[in-house]
Amino acid sequence: MENNMNLQKTEKTARVRRGAVKAITYFFLTVWALLVLFPFYWMLLTSLKSYSEYSSEVVPKFFTLKPTIDSYIQAFTAVPLAKYFTNTVIFTLATTFIMLFVTVLAAFSFARLDFRGKNLAFTLLLSLMMIPSELVIITNFVTVTNLDMRNTFMGLILPSVTSVFYIYLLKENFAQVPDELYYAAKVDGTSDMKYLMKVMVPICRPTLITVTILKIIECWNSYVWPRLITDDEAYFLVSNGIQQIRENGFGRENIPAMMAAVVVISLPLIILFLIFHKKIMAGVARGGTKG
Amino acid sequence: MENRNLKGWLYLLPAAVFLGIFMVYPLIDVLIYSVEEGYNSASQVHFGIGFYNYSYILHDPYFLQAVKNTFILVMVTVPVSTGLALLISVALSSVKKLRDLYQTVYFLPYVTNTLAVGLVFMILFKKTAYSDGLINLLLGFFGCGPIDFIDGPYWAKMLVLCIYTIWVVMPFKILILTSALASVDQTYYNAAKVDGTTKGRMFRKITVPMISPMIFYLVITGFIGAFKAYSDCVALFGTDLNAAGMNTIVGYVYDMLYGDSGGYPSYASAAAIILFAIVLTITCINLLISKKHVHYT
Repeated sequence: MENNMNLQKTEKTARVRRGAVKAITYFFLTVWALLVLFPFYWMLLTSLKSYSEYSSEVVPKFFTLKPTIDSYIQAFTAVPLAKYFTNTVIFTLATTFIMLFVTVLAAFSFARLDFRGKNLAFTLLLSLMMIPSELVIITNFVTVTNLDMRNTFMGLILPSVTSVFYIYLLKENFAQVPDELYYAAKVDGTSDMKYLMKVMVPICRPTLITVTILKIIECWNSYVWPRLITDDEAYFLVSNGIQQIRENGFGRENIPAMMAAVVVISLPLIILFLIFHKKIMAGVARGGTKG
Repeated sequence: MENRNLKGWLYLLPAAVFLGIFMVYPLIDVLIYSVEEGYNSASQVHFGIGFYNYSYILHDPYFLQAVKNTFILVMVTVPVSTGLALLISVALSSVKKLRDLYQTVYFLPYVTNTLAVGLVFMILFKKTAYSDGLINLLLGFFGCGPIDFIDGPYWAKMLVLCIYTIWVVMPFKILILTSALASVDQTYYNAAKVDGTTKGRMFRKITVPMISPMIFYLVITGFIGAFKAYSDCVALFGTDLNAAGMNTIVGYVYDMLYGDSGGYPSYASAAAIILFAIVLTITCINLLISKKHVHYT
């Protein structure tokens, strides 16, 4: 009897302890989630405050009772935010499209075709993966300047097209497509190009979508190259635009308008993320890094 | 056969052209630039060949400041972010409810624009004439005086930079570690449970060895990424980083190349090569250490 009581008691304390551990775990996880989300909340909140409301708050408030979209109107009228936005869309779409074209062809060549020098070329490609972009950007800057392509879309786009890692990723994926399909297509007299477009690309669509999304994120956030290559505001991308706004748009004090601009340029990627978060996370886990 | 060779190269041609012009050629060119002394970008002439450029930047106080800043940033953020990510991932793997939601939230910073969110951090930490800012308000509750984190003392600026960098790199680390933890074979844990092993011991003897290749991967990519820090600094302190005393090595390269103090591709090249040498050395040291401690299965 005594023993049984003890057993029950131990079981109860064990249950309480498990519950406590679980509660602490959830508490800890929630704290981190709040730390991650807070800057987003703060930028949205600040952008909805009016300028006078914001600057009269000696102690910042955590909510606003009179949300207004004045700051958004200012963000679009006082600085050419819409222009930055369109530039970035053009830059992102063009770069991603050319990158896909180049990458798909190269990956197909490595995965499916036989030609002299293939192994050497592939080894060279892999060794290029180790080269940091900081090392090559200096000459690229000089090259583009000499070609008179500063402040043009060509100058922005062309050096951003190369993505060694995506060629490698896609080649691995293409190589998994069974050879029999290729021979069957050959017997039917299908050309290589048609085979690539009608068979390979549809089969490998998930990887292609992942690569596309990752490249879009990269382009949307790129800052260093656009900053080097453009000093004409007409060609600024959003990252340069936001820096420009920070240094001399609106006057440095108009934080709500600044935050409105930040919300506007962050929104497209956040929406993209909410739609594709599974794909993006799976893609990054397979070997993306930031930048 | 001739035909096939031609076709293979034809498909490769666009990639080869892009990589050749924008990666292979610059790689050779940057080495040449770095040894051309007194190069003038307007007249494109130089006096001679030698290591003057290296010696110049190694004596440049701005470069030394940049190296110091970069090393502090690396030494603080890599261990802290990796440790914190491990803690969060283990906590995340131990719960079932809401796990996907937490995971998605944690990944959000990865897709956001570093410069844009950096501005939010700036206003959170900034002390202005009319308001001390939110962080100083919170510090006030603990009785600490208002500190200007953006234009104030060096340690305060460094602290903000480290906090922001950690915030930015966490999503990637958490994602990699949670997927590594999910792939550990459950039978090890079951066997350990039968033997009555404690949780702490299980963590040290099973979890850590099993995911050690991934921890190691994160340490290496973390080092490389932190050594290349730049846009985080710009977001917090503006483009004139030398004036703020918060420049990084990469920032120094770009400033030498372009901007107010720019126009010196030779100095920029020498600095970039020094950066590359540092990163390569650290990566090799990491590889050597890992041979002892990482368990590959």
